[in-house]
Amino acid sequence: MSMTYLDITGVGIEFDTGGSKFRALQNVNLKMSKGEFISLIGHSGCGKSTVLNIVAGLYRATEGGVVLEGTEVTEPGPDRAVVFQNHSLMPWLSVYENVALAVNQVFRRSKTRAERRDWIEHNLRLVNMEHAMDKLPGEISGGMKQRVGIARCLAMQPRVLLMDEPFGALDALTRAQLQDSLMAIQADLGNTVMMITHDVDEAVLLSDRIVMMTNGPAATIGEVLPVTLARPRDRLALAEDPEFVHLRQQVLEFLYAKQGSRHASSADVVDSAAPRLAPVAAPERLPAGSGDLGSGSEAA
Amino acid sequence: MPDTMSASKPDQRFEQMVASLRPGRLADGLILPALGIVCFLLAWQFSASRIETSLGLFPGPVQVWEQLKTLGREHVAERTKAEKFYQRQQERNANKLAANPDAAVKWRKYTGKPTFVDQVLTSLVTVAAGFLLANLVAIPLGILCGLSGGVYKAVNPLIQIFKPVSPLAWLPLVTMVVSATYSVSDPMFDKAFLNSAITVALCCLWPTLINTTVGVAGIDRDLVNVSRVMALSPLVHVRKIVIPAAIPMIFTGLRLSLATGWMVLIAAEMLAQNPGLGKFVWDEFQNGSSNSLGRIMVAVLAIGLVGFMLDKLMLTLQKRVSWDKQAVLR
Repeated sequence: MSMTYLDITGVGIEFDTGGSKFRALQNVNLKMSKGEFISLIGHSGCGKSTVLNIVAGLYRATEGGVVLEGTEVTEPGPDRAVVFQNHSLMPWLSVYENVALAVNQVFRRSKTRAERRDWIEHNLRLVNMEHAMDKLPGEISGGMKQRVGIARCLAMQPRVLLMDEPFGALDALTRAQLQDSLMAIQADLGNTVMMITHDVDEAVLLSDRIVMMTNGPAATIGEVLPVTLARPRDRLALAEDPEFVHLRQQVLEFLYAKQGSRHASSADVVDSAAPRLAPVAAPERLPAGSGDLGSGSEAA
Repeated sequence: MPDTMSASKPDQRFEQMVASLRPGRLADGLILPALGIVCFLLAWQFSASRIETSLGLFPGPVQVWEQLKTLGREHVAERTKAEKFYQRQQERNANKLAANPDAAVKWRKYTGKPTFVDQVLTSLVTVAAGFLLANLVAIPLGILCGLSGGVYKAVNPLIQIFKPVSPLAWLPLVTMVVSATYSVSDPMFDKAFLNSAITVALCCLWPTLINTTVGVAGIDRDLVNVSRVMALSPLVHVRKIVIPAAIPMIFTGLRLSLATGWMVLIAAEMLAQNPGLGKFVWDEFQNGSSNSLGRIMVAVLAIGLVGFMLDKLMLTLQKRVSWDKQAVLR
């Protein structure tokens, strides 16, 4: 991995909870290169979303900072678009208008009206939602809403796409479809993506690296697991792939064996593969750290 | 084309109407409300015939109905008189001009006594003016208070102090201030009209202000974050996100405001002798004829009906403006 694109250095944050201070994050360090897909995984309340919100500029870090392409992040902006868990579409705007709101803001000077129109339609086509352009969010399904939310973010042409549990509220089948769509789009456009997830399978399937966070308070990055599975990745083929199974195993081990005991809410992490891929042959365990693990991993 | 259609197919509308009159629906939609009204009328008639006042028996429904008809006749008579007056004036001036094209002709307004219908219309115009005036301030200020905790903290004590003030306390002040400051030759508005409208505005400011503040402050955090990520300008943020999100609460405030304004107006008109329904009631009370109570009762019912219709009007407006067509509004 080449040069650093996004650099999170020594980030910590303290929240003021009515007089007493609550330290949510401590010394979080992570470097991302351009075009990389990173998943943040960890137990509920460990501060994954806080990391993402700091990168988005929605929170200010108490110490440390985030530098994107040489510029420090100080406020939110469309170059760090966020896909929120509950889609967050404006219920009073149609699908088209929701994307248009972002596009008209970001490209109001650089594109003509007709170009913006084409760009909005192009992005809706990317997520296969061009058929529902004039529908209101209340008239489409949860998965469709999330597609539109993704289209809205893609349309801003962000330098980093931040996704806060984007598929967490969807059923398993819809989630799989959207994961495949996201993989295809990311392969096509080369987006740099930071995604928060609870889903171990999702993390392994989509990511180049999985960043595993320790439990809060004062959470930080515990381990970084590079995923070297070849792309394009096919979920069916990977289901019994020994390397895939081994990677899953490693994430589960971190979450349950190393971090699980300290926290009661370990059930929040979904081992979604367990019921769906029932007849998995017992994986022959690969030696830990096998393969040429990517460099850039910055376990703090 | 439509003719052949209707000829070939029997008109189904009557059957549909009959089908829609299912017993359950009929009971809910018509019979029960009608039953309530009939019970009320009976109780009214029963008790009215037992209340002896210095102006005679308290009027029952029948007497009130008579007075309503009288008021209607008076209105028609007054209008005819006015028309005749203008006609005579027209003829007189035309004759004058025919005799001498340079003659100075005078055009006078008819100055008859305002009828009941006139008073209702005056009251409606006044309440509309006061309501508009109040909301021109209340909605923008409410949005500011909802968006900024600082502004809210600054404005909140004022809201709390002025909210419970009765219109009757404002009225003398408003009257004095208006007569001191509004001294234009050929004024566009009547001073009495301004007094009433401003008093109404001062009293119906608060429900809209408070509800708008609460509505704006309660916008979904995620939507606000989306707006921040898109780096929307404050104006676009307010127009595209804040106002649509707060519309239901703003309308709740507007409806409370209008109801308050209507109540306040009647009181203000009575006290200040400003034209309108309130003055009508007061004049009838002072008049003290045997018909007065009946005529006042007509005014009471008219006030109630107008208030009801104003609320319906706001509800219809809300349904048109609101993006959430599924929402149940009542």
